Amino acid sequence: MKGWITEKGPLNEIVLSSRVRIARNLKNTPFPTYLNKEQSAEIIKMIENTFIDFPGIEYKFQNMNEIEGQEKQILVEKHLISPELAKSNKGAAIIREDEFVSIMINEEDHIRIQTILPGLQINKAWHMADEIDNNLERNLDFAYDEKLGYLTCCPTNVGTGLRASTMVHLPALNLTGNIGKILQTVTKIGLTIRGLYGEGTEILGNLFQISNQVTLGPAEEEITDNTNGVTNQIVEKEREARNILLNTGRVHLEDKIWRSWGILKNAKIISSQESMNLLSDLRLGIDLNIIRGLSVSTLNEIMIEAQPANINKYANKELSPEDRDILRAQIIKNKL
Amino acid sequence: MICDNCGKRVATVHITKIENGKKTDFHLCEQCAISENTISINTSFSISDLLTGILNNTEYFPLKFDFQEELKCPVCGLSYNRFRETGRFGCSNCYKTFGDRLNPLFRRLHGNINHLGKIPVRTGGKMKKVREIEKLKAALNFAVKNEEYEKAAEIRDRIKELDRISKGEENK
Ligand SMILES: [Zn+2]
Ligand SMILES: [Zn+2]
Repeated sequence: MKGWITEKGPLNEIVLSSRVRIARNLKNTPFPTYLNKEQSAEIIKMIENTFIDFPGIEYKFQNMNEIEGQEKQILVEKHLISPELAKSNKGAAIIREDEFVSIMINEEDHIRIQTILPGLQINKAWHMADEIDNNLERNLDFAYDEKLGYLTCCPTNVGTGLRASTMVHLPALNLTGNIGKILQTVTKIGLTIRGLYGEGTEILGNLFQISNQVTLGPAEEEITDNTNGVTNQIVEKEREARNILLNTGRVHLEDKIWRSWGILKNAKIISSQESMNLLSDLRLGIDLNIIRGLSVSTLNEIMIEAQPANINKYANKELSPEDRDILRAQIIKNKL
Repeated sequence: MICDNCGKRVATVHITKIENGKKTDFHLCEQCAISENTISINTSFSISDLLTGILNNTEYFPLKFDFQEELKCPVCGLSYNRFRETGRFGCSNCYKTFGDRLNPLFRRLHGNINHLGKIPVRTGGKMKKVREIEKLKAALNFAVKNEEYEKAAEIRDRIKELDRISKGEENK
């Protein structure tokens, strides 16, 4: 594991990662959904060739046609590509060796540049993406309108094509029942916050993603400043809530955290949902100095390694859900 | 799928609502979606989920389009009606083809219809100058208002200079 998963960053105890994604399209070329196989392959070739001129850092090219389903799924689980790209047979990904940068080709747009850094570093993530965009633009003609800015397949991305998001861990706000208020406030200022994992009504592991909704109008720096500022405020609220929990029910909190530790250390079979929720308790325990000698990045690694495709890779074969739950328990125990 | 609210009409607006950390899915018909006033930018609904709902909601498209001939993008062939169904463009030229009738949608989604952010470095030279002249003109007004005439004169010279340069480039 590498990239945001293992590296340290500012406010890492609460902010797991900062991600910037910018969408770009080629002029006079149908968007990927309307391309046939030959045309998509041509676009991939063209963008790859542009990339070869990039100075310094090494990149890895991965054609979605050429890699196995499991490999794709692992890239999804590490947040390097989207589930949509993994499903496509017309796409490709260019992934920087250190895994801080990935470029998706022929997803919904021709090009999506993504940078993902540990902790709260949204402005730095934007500058990295901006630079890659400038390098690509030297050889490629992007679809751009004087009035509307960068033109994208979906009207929700037009203008800057920029989505700036942070992944935050908010157990105390959730436990104290304050998350609803935060959600409401955030949406009022043009941002959204949603559960990162979990389907239906469930939010797994107290992990949330904060991101901008508006892409047309404000300049890029305004958007990243806004996401950055709101994340900072939410971090402060989470800290307040953590202090309240500590001051009003320290023993209960310690009990909850150590019980979770006990289960993770001793379970023989564990589902993905259960492990996500228990890992959240450990993450809180580390920040509150209740658990010592365990690092946040170890928890990040467990979180990724405990996901289905990563477990299958570890086993070197496709496991049944039950066998996966058994192996997951082993992987977690070993890591802790 | 039948509307969750009235239980009669077909649900065409699909909404994901997050409240107190709980995610709930709603499926409403157009009438109920409007009367329930669920389509408001200040709620916690995810905008992309609402997109097709908005596009098909004639309330936000105050002009009625009765095309004798269906409006189609000449580059990719996507029709305006098809765009309203899918909420996705077929190519960048669609924006020009559908033109101003997209503005209500942009206002609804972004609260804006003008991009003020990045200009492409290589191909955006002229646009950069236009944007700078606009900025300088605003600064000029501000200076005049504050009776800073010396500064105003300086700004005026700079605008003239930029105007001259961009005109010169056009004639090349
Ligand atoms: Zn109804
Ligand atoms: Zn088109």
